[in-house]
Amino acid sequence: MTVQPEPKASVLARCGQIVTGLREAAGVGAVIADLVSLRAYETDGLPAYRQTPLAVVLPETTEQVAAVLAFCQANGVRVVPRGAGTSLSGGALPLADAVVIGLMRMNRVLAIDYADRVATVQAGVTNLAISGAVGGEGFFYAPDPSSQLACMIGGNIAMNSGGAHCLKYGVTANNVLGLTIVTMAGEIVTLGGAHLDAAGYDWLGILTGSEGQLAIVTEVTVRILRSPEGARAMLAAFASNEVAGAAVAAIIGSGVIPVALEFMDRPAIHACEAFAHAGYPLDAEAMLIVEVEGSEAEQDALLARLAAIIRRFDPLSLRLAATAEESAAIWKGRKGAFGAIGRISPDYLCMDGVIPTSELPAVLGRIGEMSREYGLAVANIFHAGDGNLHPLIMFDANDAASMAKAEEFGAEILKLCVAVGGCLTGEHGVGIEKRDLMPVQFSADDLDQQRRIKSAFDPDWLLNPSKVFPLGAPPVLEAA
Amino acid sequence: MSGIAEAPGDDAGIVAAIRDAAAAGEPLAVSGNGGKRAMLRPVRAARGLSTRNLSGIVFHSPAELVLSARAGTPLAVIEAALAEHGQHLIAEPPDLGRLLGAAAPPTLGGMVAANLSGPRRISGGAMRDHVLGVRAVNGEGTVIRSGGKVLKNVTGLDLCKLLAGSHGTLAVMTEITLKVLPAPEATMTLVLPGLDAAQGVAALAAALGSPFGVSGAAYLPAAAAARVPALDPADTGTGAGVAVVRLENFAPSVAYRAGRLAEALAGFGAPRQIEDDGSRALWRAIRDAVPLPVAETDAVWRVSVRPSAAPGLVDALAATGARWFLDWGGGLVWIAAPAEAATHRVVTAATAAAMGAWMLLRAPEALSAGIDVLPPPPAVLARLTRRVKTAFDPRGILNPGRMYAGI
Repeated sequence: MTVQPEPKASVLARCGQIVTGLREAAGVGAVIADLVSLRAYETDGLPAYRQTPLAVVLPETTEQVAAVLAFCQANGVRVVPRGAGTSLSGGALPLADAVVIGLMRMNRVLAIDYADRVATVQAGVTNLAISGAVGGEGFFYAPDPSSQLACMIGGNIAMNSGGAHCLKYGVTANNVLGLTIVTMAGEIVTLGGAHLDAAGYDWLGILTGSEGQLAIVTEVTVRILRSPEGARAMLAAFASNEVAGAAVAAIIGSGVIPVALEFMDRPAIHACEAFAHAGYPLDAEAMLIVEVEGSEAEQDALLARLAAIIRRFDPLSLRLAATAEESAAIWKGRKGAFGAIGRISPDYLCMDGVIPTSELPAVLGRIGEMSREYGLAVANIFHAGDGNLHPLIMFDANDAASMAKAEEFGAEILKLCVAVGGCLTGEHGVGIEKRDLMPVQFSADDLDQQRRIKSAFDPDWLLNPSKVFPLGAPPVLEAA
Repeated sequence: MSGIAEAPGDDAGIVAAIRDAAAAGEPLAVSGNGGKRAMLRPVRAARGLSTRNLSGIVFHSPAELVLSARAGTPLAVIEAALAEHGQHLIAEPPDLGRLLGAAAPPTLGGMVAANLSGPRRISGGAMRDHVLGVRAVNGEGTVIRSGGKVLKNVTGLDLCKLLAGSHGTLAVMTEITLKVLPAPEATMTLVLPGLDAAQGVAALAAALGSPFGVSGAAYLPAAAAARVPALDPADTGTGAGVAVVRLENFAPSVAYRAGRLAEALAGFGAPRQIEDDGSRALWRAIRDAVPLPVAETDAVWRVSVRPSAAPGLVDALAATGARWFLDWGGGLVWIAAPAEAATHRVVTAATAAAMGAWMLLRAPEALSAGIDVLPPPPAVLARLTRRVKTAFDPRGILNPGRMYAGI
């Protein structure tokens, strides 16, 4: 289990005073300090880690966030920002001496501009609610993390969230034009706006994916896109991971970029089929879901082109959806994957490494070997077009040894991803989960440069500390 | 710039040059081929450091959509290598040699350092959006890496974003990895003549708000349109401006979408079509700002605004004698005007009123050395700018003053 820093005794001792100060900053109704209510905030989407915070504040305005942060900075109090608490890397895990700032009450859509194709929303608006707000006019917000029904745009900014369709539409960083942020010192800053190229250093770029360590985001302006005329999927089953991997390379190499290209291995197929009855091919070692967009005729043409490529790889079966309903049936199993795994295993870890797509067969082969070595089942789901691999390691959280083995297995998979030229995380973030693996991917100099940027924004390292970077004394910048 | 100009052939040479300059406390003017030296503010430095000898493609995996090259590699070399595999640079970076008075071909490092994107910015994203990984040397002479060689990566802080668009003020990039994409099979441009700026931007908004995947949307006033040979004189000779809209896709899709788009734009007239080579020539011209009539002594501004604000913004410039055209659906305003402080004030005030961002791309040193070339950041952001600069370059030796005086 990951080591956390000692709580500051001076802060714990002043708990009552701090709660009073928070109430003055954000209003009595915004502060939670009783142990029972605090328990709701002790974990996020990585429930293996739990810690009750000192207090929780639920501000409703940017100004309240600023007042709370200014108070915390002045009193040396650590702060953990939180959206919907869906982080799979423990990004919203509290510390015992930290104040959690939850943005869920900042849930208003502020402005929608179809002519300029932008929407401005508060940080606590859910990802799907943005598409919901603009869907009536035929628009949508592109990044679509699996948790999009619950997860909030503020958290999407913090983690630079992706999704199944980012092969075509990009990740969060590619779709954000403006932010209102509050620094740890309580200063409110607006960055960018409704225009494409913001001035100066790329603040939007460095903030997006900074895991809540540089500032707290309170408002977001995103690009909205006109929805395509339609979309349809195809399902292809293969006799081996190698052949499926070769088909992926052939598809990308052909010049067709499908809007989604999802890969599932045999355990994932079986788990999802048992759960969703989507008609998945149980005789296959691997399957691909390929989705294309456009008019009916364009979909037909693209699916035919892709089917011709896939047929070169002797698929066991090939199912082209003829209608949107058939397409939804193909997606049904994939979209229920996490629930499906949850049904066959009491607990699972969802890993998030990225590999060069050419390494897929070798990496899946090695993961299979490791699964036998550790005695833990694993199912692999893979955003194949962009190399983002999600091995789901099944274990029993009530058995400490099983959990320790699962964590070790997960770490070994991520080290393998780095060893073949990939990275530790493609969309879930480092958080607490992968913090101590950072030296596997980065040299001490690389990490030191990143840590100096953290210091530039938050000199005292009060904002979401003990995540992302292995513990150590924060670098001090020369006066500037 | 004068004095020693080094151009090492490897990272070790870059490291040595920076450590030497840091030890001496002497600033370095950092460049690739030096083609953007006339951009932004002049750098006063006794020493120069060029990446032009760090040249060559290191890695290209077409099926993985990834290319790595050393920073001094000419963009044309990369474009040719990609074209061999039917691929292209997504952001369509411009060659501003004509505007900047430079004959040397632009390098990959220079293009990323300036974060310059072409017409496809509206659909494909900016240059910075496709930088997957970077190796660089910071102002202490330490080699740092960020990102990697895979398409998705949220591991740690994305320093690639900070380095893209930092104009060599934070670190010297030595190798860059990009996401690349298949080039479209076919392209077509719809030309809508006889529109004023407000009508033109409205037409572009209608096109960009359609489901047909528009990848280029520009408005050229008559004087700008007349400078583009790919446009038909019948379209440009009306005295009014021309809106142009690009489709890029598989050939049957382009044909289908052109028809549907013409229906959607019927209120703006019946569009003329320009196919493949003509369309490519037109957008290459727009990419490189060829439509902008520029006198040698002019200043040039590049303004980013929300598209609907563009017509009002160019109206506000009328009294200055400025020439202009619009790209990015109206979201990018290219402006040329006599290099006077008063004109600069008009441009910056009009941009501020539209809540956009301006850049004084080029001006005679007499003007650019004494005024802001980028919007001065508010106090908190100015402090963060200085602290980020210090985090990379504590002695302030890399391209000092290039973006902001004193930084």
